[in-house]
This record gives sequence, C-alpha cells and structure tokens, in this order.
Amino acid sequence: MRAKQLLVTLMALAFGRRRSRDPEQKAREEESPQGRIVPAGEPDRGAELLVVGLLALATLFAAGFIVVYGEMGPTKTLNTLLGVCIAGALACIAAALAVIARRLIVTEEIEEEYPEESPEEQREIVQLVHDSGSRFTRRKLLVGAAATAGSALGLAGLTPVLSLGPLWDTVPLEATPWYRGRRLVDPGGHPMLASDIEEETFYTAFPQGADPENIGSSLVVIRLAPSALKLPHGRETWAPYGILAFSRICTHAGCAIELYRKPRFQPVEPKPALVCPCHYSTFDPATGATVVYGPAGRPLPQLPVMIDPDGHLAAAGDFSGRVGPAWWGVRAKPS
Amino acid sequence: MSDRIADPVRFIDERTAAAPAIKKALRYLFPDHWSFLLGEIALYAFIVLIATGTYLALFFEPSVAKTVYHGSYAPLRGREMSEAYKSVLEISLTYKAGLLIRQTHHWAADVFMASIVLHLMRVFFTGAFRKPRELTYLIGLLLLFTSLLEGYLGYSLVDDLLSGIGLAIGYGVLLSLPFVGGPLGILIFGSTFPGKGVFESRMYIAHVFLIPALLATLIGLHLALVAARHHTQFRRDRRHTQRRLVGVPMFPGQAPRSLALLLIVAAVLFLLGGLVQINPIWQWGPFEPWLATNGAQPDWYLGWLIGALRLMPSFDVVVGHYTLIPNPFWGGVAFPLLVLFVLGAFPWIERRLTGDRSSHNLLDRPRDAPNRTAFGVAFLTWVFLVFVFGASDRVYVLFGLSYETLLTAFRVAIWVVPALAFLVVRRLCLQLQHADRIEERREEAEQEAEREHAERVRRREPVL
Repeated sequence: MRAKQLLVTLMALAFGRRRSRDPEQKAREEESPQGRIVPAGEPDRGAELLVVGLLALATLFAAGFIVVYGEMGPTKTLNTLLGVCIAGALACIAAALAVIARRLIVTEEIEEEYPEESPEEQREIVQLVHDSGSRFTRRKLLVGAAATAGSALGLAGLTPVLSLGPLWDTVPLEATPWYRGRRLVDPGGHPMLASDIEEETFYTAFPQGADPENIGSSLVVIRLAPSALKLPHGRETWAPYGILAFSRICTHAGCAIELYRKPRFQPVEPKPALVCPCHYSTFDPATGATVVYGPAGRPLPQLPVMIDPDGHLAAAGDFSGRVGPAWWGVRAKPS
Repeated sequence: MSDRIADPVRFIDERTAAAPAIKKALRYLFPDHWSFLLGEIALYAFIVLIATGTYLALFFEPSVAKTVYHGSYAPLRGREMSEAYKSVLEISLTYKAGLLIRQTHHWAADVFMASIVLHLMRVFFTGAFRKPRELTYLIGLLLLFTSLLEGYLGYSLVDDLLSGIGLAIGYGVLLSLPFVGGPLGILIFGSTFPGKGVFESRMYIAHVFLIPALLATLIGLHLALVAARHHTQFRRDRRHTQRRLVGVPMFPGQAPRSLALLLIVAAVLFLLGGLVQINPIWQWGPFEPWLATNGAQPDWYLGWLIGALRLMPSFDVVVGHYTLIPNPFWGGVAFPLLVLFVLGAFPWIERRLTGDRSSHNLLDRPRDAPNRTAFGVAFLTWVFLVFVFGASDRVYVLFGLSYETLLTAFRVAIWVVPALAFLVVRRLCLQLQHADRIEERREEAEQEAEREHAERVRRREPVL
C-alpha cells in the first residue's frame, strides 16, 4: 500500500505538470516597473527530466562510494572503485548543471561600460593627504623617525626566528666524522677487510660508530690496479694496493654517486669513472676523482686509506677537501 | 506575506546593507570564450588541493625520527625508515580511500601547475597583461612561482628516495647562493643536509600553512583585480569595443557553467587519482643520503630546472683557490629568476618598444602583434627545450642516443631553435594579417556589389 503511494508520488513528481504559471511570480512581474530582468523562455520538460535523472545517477554513485568504502578492504580495486564512484557523482552533477545552463536558463548577453578612472576622486585623495599634514613642519625628521621605529620593531619581531639555528655558522659545513685510525664499515656495520675489496666493483662504506646520515659519512670505495693510479702529488700513500675511498656526495648538487662506469668493452670505455645520476658529473678515480665530464666544479674529496695490523681498512686522515655541494668561499682545489 | 527568496534577502540586506553589492556581483559579466576557463581550472584544482591536502594532514606525521615498518606491504617490512615515510605508506596502503586522496592530491598539483602555465600563455599571447592589468599579471606570475615551491615542498615531505634526491639538489642550489648560501643552508636545515631532524617540521608548516595562506591571499588579490577592471574580451563583432564589455552575467547564466566546470575538474582529478597511479612511493623505498637512483624524474613542473642544471656547462666563479659562485646557482637560481624577470618586465618592455601607453580592454589575436607573438613563442621554445633536456636520460633509455651527444646538440639547439621560431612565427603572423586584409577587401567589395545591385533593382535599371 505504502509502496504504491510512493510510486504515485514519484510519478506525479516526474510527470505532473506544474500549474501553468506561479501566481506569485505573475504578481511580482506586474508590480515591477521594468517587467522581467531575465528574459522569459519556453519551459523544457525533457531537460528537467534529464536533470532529475542525472541527479539520481549522482546519488547512486555517491551511495556506491559509501557502500564500497564500507564493504571492501584497502586494495588497489577499492581505490579504483572509490575513484570511479566519486568522479561519477561529481560528473553527473556537473552534467546536470550543464543541462541547466544550456536548456533551462536563458543565457543573456548583456553589454556594459568598462569602469573608468576617477580623476576627481584621485585629486581629492591627494588634497586630503596634503591638507591633513599641513600642521607638520618637520616632515623629513618625522618620516625618518617613524621609518626607524618601524624597522626596529620589525627586526625585533623577526629576532625570535634566530632560534631556528645559528645565524651565521659555516662550521657544520667544514666538519667530517673522519680522523686517522677510524675504521671503515660496510652498510651492515662490519669492518671491511682490505683483502675483500675487488676491482671492477663498487662498495659503500661508513665511519665506524658514526651517524651514517651525516653528509660527510658515506664513502664510495673501489680498487684499481696500482699501476693505473695517477694521484696528485702528496697522495702516494693514500691508496694502498690501489684501494681508493672518496666521499659519496657529489660536489655539484649533493646527490649520491651511485654509478660506477667500469670498462666493459676496452676500446669504447677506456677508463673507470664515478658518475652522479642526477646531472651526470663524472669523476676519474685514478687521478683523485677529478671532474672529467659534467657540471661539477670540484673533485670528489678523497679519504686517505690505510690498512691496520689485522687487515681492516681505516682512515689515514681527513678528506682532501670539503664534502658536498660548494658554497661561497669553499676551497676549490684540494690543498 | 512570506516568500522563500524575499525573506532571506530582506534579512541579509537589513543587517548588512549589502543588496546593491550583491546585485552588482550577480550581474558581473563574463565574456564567453573557452580560453578564459584556463585560469578557472587552476582555481578549482586549488580547491581540490586544499580539500585533499587537509585530509592528508590528518594522517601525515612530519617527523624524520627513525621507526621500523611493520605494515601490510611485505617488501618493506622490517625496514628502518622515518615516521614521515611510514605515515605516507600507511596513507597509501592501509587507510581506505587514503591512496585515492593522496593520488588525487598529487594529480591536482600537476594539473594546477599545467593550467597556470596555459593560462599564462593565453594572457601573454593575447596581450591581456597590458595596461590596466599589469598588477593582475604580476600577481599571477608570483602565484606561478610560489606554487612551484609549494609543489616541490609537497613531494619533498614524503621522505622517500625520490623526494630525498630532490631535496639534496635543493640543498645544493641553496648553498650556491652568493655570499649567504652556506650559512643560510645551515640555518634552514639546522645542520648540513639532511639536517638534524628539524627541517621536516619546518617544511611541513611551510607546505600546509605559510605557502597555502600566501597562495590564497594572492589568488584573492588576483581575482579582486580582475573584477575591479573587469575581464578583457575578444572583438567578435561591432558590439565589443574598448569601452563596452559584452558578456554573460554571473547569475543566472555563468553560475551553473562555472559550478559545472568546478565539478568536472574535481571529477577528472578523482578519476585520475583512482585509475592512474602516480608516485608509487612504496616502490622507491626510504631515503638515505648515500642512495640515489638513475633516471629519477621529478614532477613535470620542475623538469626545466633539472634541465638547466644539466645543460649548464661546468663553470664556477673561482677567485684564487676559492669558489665564490658554484655551478648550481646558474641553472637552479639564475635561470628561473631570469625567466621570471623577463616575463615580469615584459609589459613595460613592450610599452617602451611600441610606445603604446594606452589602456586595452580588447584582446589581440596572436597575429595582431607579430613581434610579441614571435618573441613569446621563441621564449617558450627556449624554456621548453631546457625542460625537454631534463628528461634526457629518458631519451637515452628510449632511443639509445648517447647523453653526451644529446647534451652537445641541446646546447646548440636551445639558441638556434628559438631564433628560427622567432623568424617563422613572425612571418606566419604577417601572412595571416595579409590574408585577413584580402578577406576584408573581398567582403567589402561583395557588400558594395550587393548594394549596387539592390540600387539598380530599386531604380528598375537593367541588371547587368
């Protein structure tokens, strides 16, 4: 019984005609001296039905969103269905609005003047300011004093920001965790045996017991034939058995050196090289990681390596230069 | 007598005296042209960004404190990672609808930037930036560059491997600033990169409050200035003049259209968020400073900066043994500032060159200003080629062209191609103008002939 009533109501809503004209509207039009503002148009019952249909579809999509959210676990399919449901609901309402805009609203094209400048008001503002200040005799002094007070207050207001960090400190840029005797450990934290380091491959190392995330910590360790080395003067003892250690952080923009171009085909790629995958700065390890290609301006800092009595790798001192991207005043060439 | 419309209107007007302003706003005119919707799309993408971003902020943990992952994603189980990365993994893989909202947020950022750039192109090539709208244009440029920073901070927050690489490069660029770079880097990061755990929360407050508040303010100013001077318009017929604006009023004509566009933009973004995977952060793994990956690509709107960093020849300002201006400054700071400066100064440059100081409400078609159009295309080509080079390693993977060859080719092409583009586009504009004039003359002649014909018929003269 109730279902039948509901059905009748729905049918009436969908197909019932509105009374030919709203009497209130008619009265308002008669009252208004200009008549209508928006021009009249013919009713379009098909369009109205379409709008109702689209809104009903939107309701279904929205309800679908809630049901899907409630019923499914967090999977890729859930994500897809949720996206389709919410997008469907939004798109249906958008379509309904488009039908309203095109078929149910009279689109007027109106003309109007662009706004003009107002010279009279401009003049009045200028005069207002001039007149108001006529009792001041020492204008420059007052303006200067006000500007000074304002700036001082502004500076005072900004001062607490200094607690964010040291205002002018470059000491952290110079610091490294390396010192003579500190052992090299692998990513698992185990000391590295010099005898395990092979040619044609590429190792990551850290200072034993230090924070590996420190920009000065991580190293790339490789091994070349000692005869191939052409290290700068003074580094003759830095690479025992051809074992070389460099900072892993590119001196260009701070990415990690993650590519080792090793000679796979002799004639094509004659020399091993360390490469940064961000902007392809390329360094020649045999010459102390000097830049052979790409935008970097400084060689990779080299860490002198020694082998301690039980065969483990350890630092023989600090880096040959500053680690990481350059800044104003950093030493460009190794000392 | 009670009335469902009249009563609230009376209530509001009696308390605010706003009826005249509301009536004026309802009848504000919008010129009817599709290209005017590009800016609107940006605005709606911004709304989606605020909505999805607010949701994400409820779950995101802005901390790089170490924790161990025990969640549902098996490949990362047991890995040590930051709270930040872990919380984004949870958003993506554990919370229902989390992935949808996160991907929609990311897509919305990409679409936001794209629609701003397209909107800028429309404004540039039609001369909409001219007096009296230079301020609107400058604020728009500020919006573009601020949004770029906002997007960069957004994906840097996640602390996955890709975002960490992006941040490392950002640190390198920051350090390269003349004189202040080093200490400023230490001040902002709290230490050397990646910092001592203080930077994440600073980045977070900037991304979710400071910059969005700035963007919202700038958007409000931008729209207020548009409304104050009204929209520009194309000259479609005789009714459109410098003094008279023809358009569809906000209500009832424009309101359903704009609302429909808002919903369509949202629908497309959610559909992308649901169907098209973007930045699957669980695949990248957590960031560590000693890790990097090959072929990493940032979001598209940062591609031009990567390209510039790669294209710039190895050149540092070195005095004696000391570096003063390191290389990342050129590509990462000087290049974008130069682009901003050229675009920002353009209204004044053009005014100086053409001597045209009058106000313009009518838009040019690109052909109407051959020099501006040609310069715009050349400038765009220049930036676009730098952008393309940002994907040079992808080109290498796809086509096997060696990086070295590409680099050399692009270093030449970024100067030669824009110069050619300038000449070709200028020629093309002049040709189109010429064709227009012929068409006009033909129409005039036809009208003249018709008039003569009608006259003869009227006088009953024999028709030839």
